[in-house]
Formats: sequence, structure tokens, C-alpha cells
Amino acid sequence: MEKNNEQAIIQEIAEKKYEYGFTTDVQTDILEKGLNEDVVRLISEKKGEPTWLLDFRLKAFRYWQTLEEPTWGHLDLPKINYQDISYYADPTIQKKSNSSGEIDPELMKTFDKLGIPLEERMALSGMAVDAVMDSVSVKTTFRERLREKGIIFCSISEAVREHPDLVRQYLGTVVPYRDNFFAALNSAVFSDGSFVYIPKGVRCPMELSTYFRINARGTGQFERTLIVADDDSYVSYLEGCTAPMRDENQLHAAIVEIVVMENAEVKYSTVQNWYPGDKDGKGGVLNLVTKRGHLRGKNSRLSWTQVETGSAITWKYPSCVLSGDGSQAEFYSVALTNNHQQADTGTKMIHLGKNTKSTIISKGISAGYSQNAYRGLVKVGKHADGARNYSSCDSLLLGDKCGAHTFPYMDVQNSTAVVEHEATTSKISEDQLFYCNQRGIPLEDAVGLIVNGYAKDVLNKLPMEFAAEAQKLLGVSLEGAVG
Amino acid sequence: MSVEKQYIELYEQCRAMVNEHSAALLNEPRDKAYEDFCRLGFPTQKQERYKYTNVAEAFAPDYGLNLRHIEIPVNPYEVFRCDVPNLSTSLYFVVNDRFYDKVLPKVSLPEGVLVMSLAEAAKDHPELVAGHYGRLARSRKDGLNALNTMFCQDGLFIYVPRHTVLERPLQIINILRADVDLMVNRRVLIVVEEGAEAKVLFCDHAIDDHQFLATQVSEVYVGENAHLELYELEETHVKNHRFSNMYVDQQRSSTTTIDSITLHNGLTRNRTDVTLNGEYAETRMFGCVVADKQQHVDNNTLIDHRVPNCQSTELYKYVLDGEAVGAFAGRVLVREGAQKTTSQETNANLVATDTAHMYTQPMLEIYADDVKCSHGSTIGQLNEQALFYMRQRGIPLDEARMLLKFAFAGEVLDSICLEPLRDRLHYLVEKRFRGELSKCEGCKLCK
Repeated sequence: MEKNNEQAIIQEIAEKKYEYGFTTDVQTDILEKGLNEDVVRLISEKKGEPTWLLDFRLKAFRYWQTLEEPTWGHLDLPKINYQDISYYADPTIQKKSNSSGEIDPELMKTFDKLGIPLEERMALSGMAVDAVMDSVSVKTTFRERLREKGIIFCSISEAVREHPDLVRQYLGTVVPYRDNFFAALNSAVFSDGSFVYIPKGVRCPMELSTYFRINARGTGQFERTLIVADDDSYVSYLEGCTAPMRDENQLHAAIVEIVVMENAEVKYSTVQNWYPGDKDGKGGVLNLVTKRGHLRGKNSRLSWTQVETGSAITWKYPSCVLSGDGSQAEFYSVALTNNHQQADTGTKMIHLGKNTKSTIISKGISAGYSQNAYRGLVKVGKHADGARNYSSCDSLLLGDKCGAHTFPYMDVQNSTAVVEHEATTSKISEDQLFYCNQRGIPLEDAVGLIVNGYAKDVLNKLPMEFAAEAQKLLGVSLEGAVG
Repeated sequence: MSVEKQYIELYEQCRAMVNEHSAALLNEPRDKAYEDFCRLGFPTQKQERYKYTNVAEAFAPDYGLNLRHIEIPVNPYEVFRCDVPNLSTSLYFVVNDRFYDKVLPKVSLPEGVLVMSLAEAAKDHPELVAGHYGRLARSRKDGLNALNTMFCQDGLFIYVPRHTVLERPLQIINILRADVDLMVNRRVLIVVEEGAEAKVLFCDHAIDDHQFLATQVSEVYVGENAHLELYELEETHVKNHRFSNMYVDQQRSSTTTIDSITLHNGLTRNRTDVTLNGEYAETRMFGCVVADKQQHVDNNTLIDHRVPNCQSTELYKYVLDGEAVGAFAGRVLVREGAQKTTSQETNANLVATDTAHMYTQPMLEIYADDVKCSHGSTIGQLNEQALFYMRQRGIPLDEARMLLKFAFAGEVLDSICLEPLRDRLHYLVEKRFRGELSKCEGCKLCK
């Protein structure tokens, strides 16, 4: 293939502007940089939290101080100065100061620009949105319509105020604050994320979604999301994220907890498009997230679908603890890394109940100088009779300077378990490219087609609107990145 | 560092004695290894490569060491016959760490081929040993290598000069023999020069009912166009602890086959690192583990593709019963520029009881784009349908199970090129599955 043409295309891609890289000029109440007990107390105070939550935060903070940052990932993680980050930034200060309670038009504009209209009449019907900027939820749409069905969908700070018993019952039960370094940090300083409660027997009539946006400079985002699906309920939840272009690394350390009760089903989809840094790897978001679902009830179901195209560093393992008998979990992931991005992502499937089933489909695509690793654990406990797992991890390499790695771990303690894992690594087949070229499809389109076809298994699992966006994202990052 | 302390103190006290009963070339790196060991200590389970074996615990008991190198009065040819007889091999013995040279096989080896004590070789042929000893197995990063380098006084040296073909396989029997609990630090150095060919079979036996701890560090050099087949068969007993670190260096167009079979053991930890340093080299690695009771078998492999156009295949199979613990971690590393690499890694496991525990971790780490790499891993049980089919035809359940297990392990055994060995192993594995603990027949020391 013509080297020059190829180089030109790669160049073009590399220099392509990150579409969501703008900043919003809005008056923001930013806490001074640094982290100590007073900061934790201050965050709690700003949110008007009850004492039990403050105690939870303080316990987490004290525990965090005893921990050291983990280094075991296949990542080159820059040194994070935790004292050089502001842990709370509130862009809605104007709303609070004016009496009408109107949202700052600047914020409205920002979310419009991101394709997330906050006015219900303009929004896509069938999707309720919780828009979170920096540390605060700006607005949650369609709340009334959901409330009619008994569904609670609001920011977590609101939930703490309005449904303290529910939050207290579930918060920290899936991801305890002692779980890991970043979970402890999040538990100490977490700010807005979404809270979802689907009552017994209710099928949520629309997709619920949260849009996370980092805006302020020198801050991190530490959102916390808690989803509880009671018996026989169903919900599909989507998460999207973007951030402005900055040449500093911004930290994003979130926790997502999902509780699934008997016969309930939760679908959690993420299209992650945090700012990935520029072509030399400068700046970008450090995405260090703990996500876990607990399938508590019999025959409960949970599926994680993720399309990861952004972030300078992605380090996360959305996991499932299958303790309900007959529960089923799925994990579908497409992780794309370009330029100097790094990803170490995958899942954990912990089988504890009887006759549990899990499926893992992971597709990694690496281009440029990026490193893309799949790391996954499948654990079958002593009493998990009849556990079944199938994992398949494929990696595609576009370019000879990038890396694709697979680190699967399997721990099996039960004689009736069946666990299978397979993985392949290769580049795009010359034959397929040739076939497309032969039929008049230019090289870059052919690559786009093949990659989309390669990721199809996962994209098919996304809800419609998201699938279109994800496909576009993959296309943008990949066109012609290979020869 | 409490476990390490006894070894550090022992070395400090007995440094002179260790040196006295060894050779200058082996003594040279000792002090450096001692420093490394003081710094590193034993690997902990927090280290990725030692995740599944608690090394410090195995080294904690107070073992005796034969530092004075007192000869153990035994003629292995008389008292011991290995489970793999009549192979028409050239048979050699290593008793603990000492090459047994009182009676050597009658068959003469081709000119220039050396099979001898490493310490002797270091004195008689320093030019052959010097460039190779300690070059692959560095003590700087691995506490076990450091410990072995500190205390090893002797071992085995195999040298096959250029363009020499060894028709007859070499069979080396490692015997652990002692009247007290004993720790043995053995060293193996194999040099197969350009265009040479050799087949080597190691059989590990422990013939006394004592607790043994054997560390073995092997360095294997396979020159251009050379071909080496290496078989390791472990048939020791539950009180035996084995820590083996093997490092293989392959040059252009060479082929290496490494087969490691664990039929009986206590705690076994095999680390095998193969580095492909020349293009068109090929590595084939096989492993078969049959474990029950509280046996622990941990195979940890690394295949490092440094140059383009190399091939590697890996196949490991485990059958676990009782409270056995099996671990397999295989890492295939394809470095930047190592294009056209083909690599395949397979690990299949049968877990027969709820108390057995299998860990598996097949890893691919790839920095080049024009490669074909795959790995697959399964953990499961015997096929119900196949069992049903056989019972339908009047085969009792136990027998049917045995047949299936046997067929499962058979795939690895079939990869063995030495026909008599293959047949013998089929027989041994079958016997093992039938629950007959394989006592070494004909061995006078077994009662």
C-alpha cells in the first residue's frame, strides 16, 4: 500500500480535533486545592449531608491515607499529586444566587452543544437525562413522568436528602470504601452522580442516562452512581462523558454500584469519550473507575456494555458478583486506543450462586503508539455448582508501534464449572482490505468498515441512539489508521 | 525477612566451606548473589510471577545442607531403576547435587560430547563453562536464582559440540537421597552448539522418606540450526518440594522442545523462560500434570519473541483431584519489530473435585502488528455424553472416566517424539489414573 498516502491519513487522524474540547465560561465555585479532613467536611457541608454520610466519608478518608497508589496495571501512570487537585467545583452557583431557580443559559448552551438538550420538549423522547458538570448535577429531566411509576431518578445528593433510608441501605454495599485506593478516595470526596431506584415489578419506560462533563480547570471528577433494581424490574441505563482539551491530566475516579434483585434486569452502557490528550500524549483524562454490580436475587441479570475511545489512561474493570442462583451477567467491550493512550480494562465475573452464567466479549483496537490491555478475572467459588463462563478477547493492531495485551485470570474451585477462554491477536487481514479495494471502496473506508464489523458484536448490544454515536466515534478515530 | 535470615546467616558462616567444596568459576558470582538475596529475599505472592506459590513458606523449615559435600555411599546403578527403563539411553545419575561418576555407561559418546559434573567441568574446561554460567539465570532480579547461586556447589554439565548429533538420548536421573530433611541446590548447564542435535530426559526421584527441598537452576543454550529435545519427568513424593528455574536461549533456525510432566510430587514450581534470539527459531512447550491429595503444581512460562519470523506453541494440561492446587501462567511476549510471529498457547484443565483448585492465566503481550497469536484456556469436566455412550456399551463408570481422562492427557503425551518414552509415559499415566501410586518397581530402596 502507498506509504505516503497512509502516512497522510494517519497524520490527519492524529491531528483531528477533539470535537468536545471546548470550555464553558461559567461562574464556578471551586474549592481550594488540596485534600484533608476539613475538605471532606466542607464537601459534606456544602451538600447538606447527614452525619452518617459524613462519618462514612471520614472513615474512607482515614483509610485512604493508609493506602499506597497501586502500580500493578500495565500502564505508565503519571505521578498524581493529590494535593494539587480541587475536589469540588460547582458551576451552578448562579442558579442558587438568583431567586427564580433558572439554570444558567451558558450551561444550557453547553449541554445543547454536546447534544444533550436539557429542555424536555427538545429532548429525544424516551430518554431521561441527568446532566452532571464537575461536581454538581445541573438538571435531571423527565423526573415527574418517572415518579408516576414510582421510579426515582435524581442526583445522588438529592437522593441523600429525599430518600436517605434507601441510599443508606445500599451505599457502599457493592463497592466498600476499603475496596481499593481509588474507591477509598472516591468514598471520601464523592460528589454528584445519579441515583436510580426501580421499584418492584416496574419496567422503566424510558432509557435513563447520565452525562458527565468535566469543565473547570485543576479539578477532578469523583462522581458516584448507585442503581438499585428491585424484584422483577427492568432498566436500561446509559452513561456518556466528555471533557475540555487541557494539557494537564485531569483525574476521574468514580464509583458505580448496581444492585440487582430477584428476576430484575439492568443494562448499563457506557460510551466513554473523555479527552484523550493530544497526539504527543500531553494532557487527557485519567479514568480510574470502580464499577461493580451485585446480582443478589435469583435469576437476576446484568449486562455491561462499554465503548471506550477516550481518556489518556483507562483503568477499570466493570465487574459482576453473581451471588443469586441462576443469575446471568454479560460484559461487552470495545476499547480503542490511539496516539499515546493507554488502557488496561476488562471485567471480573465472580460466580458464587448456583447455575450462574457469564459471557465476556472484549474487542481491543490499538493504533498509533497506544497500549491496550485486556485483563479479566473469572472466579468460580466452591459452592457455585453449574457455573458457566465463556470469554472471548480479540485484539486488532493497527500499526507497528502500538501494543495489544491479554491477561486473563481464571480461578476455579468447583468441579462442575465450565470455563472457557479464547483470545486472538492479529492485524486487519490483507485479503479483506483487498476485497474491499477491488470493489472500489477506498482504503480508509474499508478499514472503517472492517473495524465496525469487528466491533459489531458489542455495538449491537447498545441502545439505538448510542449505537449510532459509538459507530461514529469508532469511525472518526479509525479511518485509514492502517495500511 | 525472617525466613531469609537463616539462609543469610548460614552463608555468612559457611562461605569458606561452600567455596572449598566447589570450583572457582562457581564461587565467583556467590558474593554478588548474596548481596542480591539480601536485597530481594524470597519472591512474595504479590509478585505477578509468584502469585500462586508461597515460596517463603516452603523454605521456612530447617533443612540440612550437605555443604561439606560428603559423599553419600550409594551406588545408584545397583539400588535404583527408573520408571523409564529400556530406553536404550545413555544413563547418568545425579545424587542430590552430585554427578555420580564412579560407574559410567559403557556406551561411548561421540567425540567431544561431555556429560559430567559441573564443578569438574569448571576446572577442566573453564573455557566452555565461563561464557555460559550465570549469563541467563541472573540473580539480580530473582531471589530464587540468587539463593541457588549462593549455595550451589555442583550439578550437571552437558556439552554437544558443533555439528555433532547424539543419536542416543541422554537420560539423567536426579535422585534425592538423605537420612535427614535435606535441601539441595543443583545447577544444570546445557550447551548445544551450532548444528548439533541432542535429546535429554530428566527423571526426578526422591527415594527416602524425608522432606526434600530442591532448587534447580538450568541454563540452556541452543545454537544456530541446533535441535534440542528436553523432557522432564517428576515422580517424587508428597514431601518433596521442587523449585526449578530454566532459562533457554535460542539462536537462528534452532528448534527446542520442552516437555514437563508431573506425575507425583509435593510442591512443584517450574519456571521456564525461553528467549528467541534468532530468526526462524521454533519453540514447542508441553506440560502434563496429574495431581491429587494436597499436591501443588505451578508452571510459569515466558516465551520472549525478540526477533521476527519465530514460532512458538504451548500446550499444558492438568488433571486435578483431591485437594490439589494447579496453576498455569503462560506469558507470550512479542517485542516491537518481531513481525511475522506465530504463537499459539493452549491450557486445558479438568477439575474433578470441589476441593481442587485451578488457577490459569494465559497471557499475550504484543508490540508488533503483523503477528498471529492466539491462546485458549478451558476448565471443565468430562463430557457427560461421552460417559453415557460408554456406559451404554457396558463400560463401567469408573473405567469410562479413566478412559476419558487418559485421552485428555494423551494429547500432551503424543507430542513426545521419543517413541519408547511416549509408550512408557502412556503406561505410567494410565497407572496413575488407576490410582496405583507409582512405586518405582525394581527399586530396592522402596519398601
